Amino acid sequence: MAATAPERSKRSPFIVELYRSALGKKYVMAITGIVGLGYVLAHMIGNLKLYQSAEDFNLYAETLRELLYPIAPEGLVLNLLRGVLILALVGHVVAAAQLTAMNRRARPESYRSKRDYVAADFAARTMRWTGVIVLLFLFYHLADLTWAVTPLHEAGDTVYDRVLNSFNNPASAGFYILANLALGFHLYHGVWSLFQSMGWNNRRFNHWRRTLAVAFTVVVIGGNLSFVIAVLTGVIS
Amino acid sequence: MNLTLRVWRQAGPDAPGRFETYEARDVSPDSSFLEMLDLVNEDLIAQGEVPIEFMHDCREGICGTCGMMINGQAHGPQALTATCQLHMRTFSDGDEIVLEPWRATGFPIIKDLVVDRSAFDRIIESGGYVTVDTNSAPDANLIPIPKETADLAMDAAACIGCGACVAACPNGAAQLFTSAKVAQLNMLPQGQAERYDRAEHMVEVMEEHFGSCTNMGECEAACPKGISIDFIAMMNKDYRKAKFRGRRSA
Ligand code: HEM
Ligand code: SF4
Ligand code: FES
Repeated sequence: MAATAPERSKRSPFIVELYRSALGKKYVMAITGIVGLGYVLAHMIGNLKLYQSAEDFNLYAETLRELLYPIAPEGLVLNLLRGVLILALVGHVVAAAQLTAMNRRARPESYRSKRDYVAADFAARTMRWTGVIVLLFLFYHLADLTWAVTPLHEAGDTVYDRVLNSFNNPASAGFYILANLALGFHLYHGVWSLFQSMGWNNRRFNHWRRTLAVAFTVVVIGGNLSFVIAVLTGVIS
Repeated sequence: MNLTLRVWRQAGPDAPGRFETYEARDVSPDSSFLEMLDLVNEDLIAQGEVPIEFMHDCREGICGTCGMMINGQAHGPQALTATCQLHMRTFSDGDEIVLEPWRATGFPIIKDLVVDRSAFDRIIESGGYVTVDTNSAPDANLIPIPKETADLAMDAAACIGCGACVAACPNGAAQLFTSAKVAQLNMLPQGQAERYDRAEHMVEVMEEHFGSCTNMGECEAACPKGISIDFIAMMNKDYRKAKFRGRRSA
């Protein structure tokens, strides 16, 4: 076709070729984003056991370690899931960083006059910031509850105790609330945006994309925030 | 009506630029935005100053030559309107109006409000056509095309290539333009033969010049022709299929 046609003979593996383009990186963002969505939803639902009892909640945490045991060795399934999540997170963040750099190059000089945005909402314009807040929070969250090495409060022997100690500490609870609000904005734009990136566009269903994004965000963030509020108000103690 | 203009003046591609203030006096509300600039320029010429350089041609909203940032919006405050079709009645007496050129790496400034949009031509050259050897023009109704398909292709073909989508995009991305130019052909039977090569090549040339889409929708809001971001999703899909397809057949 045109002079710009890429050389067909020297082709790299499909995934490498796709990733080389910005569009391919967006596919990676969307697919790893979907993995993340599955995770945050499952995570919120699992934690609803906080409302049952300390025993149920601790048993749930323990059971995660024994998924498919004794078919698979103890901890194997959980660690495989962790591996997938870490890979997805790394892919998501690396692609985000590369695309952000590309976009800075494409618009190095901003407008001198005040830009009047018409369509881009707060969530869409702050994806990079809400993403970074979520990433930083993720490390704190793991240190806090998984590794039990938080500097902010006493750790506690069981997972349940650690959750209570964490949410009863104002600084820690504040970080949870802030991070969930950031994640909320990220999800509000991300869930809508991934349909465009994946090329899932059908005029009969398009109006449901925003509805889905709102519903998903409200369910996940509502659930997560309810845990903090329930501890702070003594509903869970 | 009387207006104060703050206009970006830049003598050449590498010259430093700055805002200059001009007064536009006794402007008729029925005049077009570009006619208002013409009057300001006549004053400037009469005073022996260099007139403001801006882009224009047809002045009837169909050629895609005109365009500038007017008060921080591409083509100004009125939706679905190219700069040449904007009328002064959109503004009020005493308003301050700030004018800036499109800003994007893919659109280097030539002078004042004029930018070089030949990066769009590079995109078109890489696949924005159908390769057919014709002698006399083919019979118009030789290939039946469903009305909805024809209408949708016409919606995409309405793009006049003005570049407002790039100017409005916070990422300086050209997804809306490129997707319209891909879709207008990829939806029609005549475009099928080169469908996936077209998507692949046009996307890759686009990415050499412009940024990456984050689905903010500013382009669609700024577009004087109402091109829908649905075409962007369509292009993403065809690009993915192009990559898969090459695998299977090569
Ligand atoms: C860890 C740090 C994170 C960073 C730096 C980050 C950054 C980004 C950026 C820059 C985008 C592109 C924005 C756009 O397309 O407009 C994005 C999209 C997205 N993010 Fe994240 N994100 C992070 C974490 C997460 C997490 C934990 C989830 C899942 C809950 C997630 C889900 C998504 C989704 C679904 C999209 C939309 C994908 C698309 O439109 O292609 N992100 N993220
Ligand atoms: S898509 Fe709209 S804004 Fe972009 S070049 Fe075409 S007509 Fe102009
Ligand atoms: S001058 Fe032709 S579209 Fe405005």
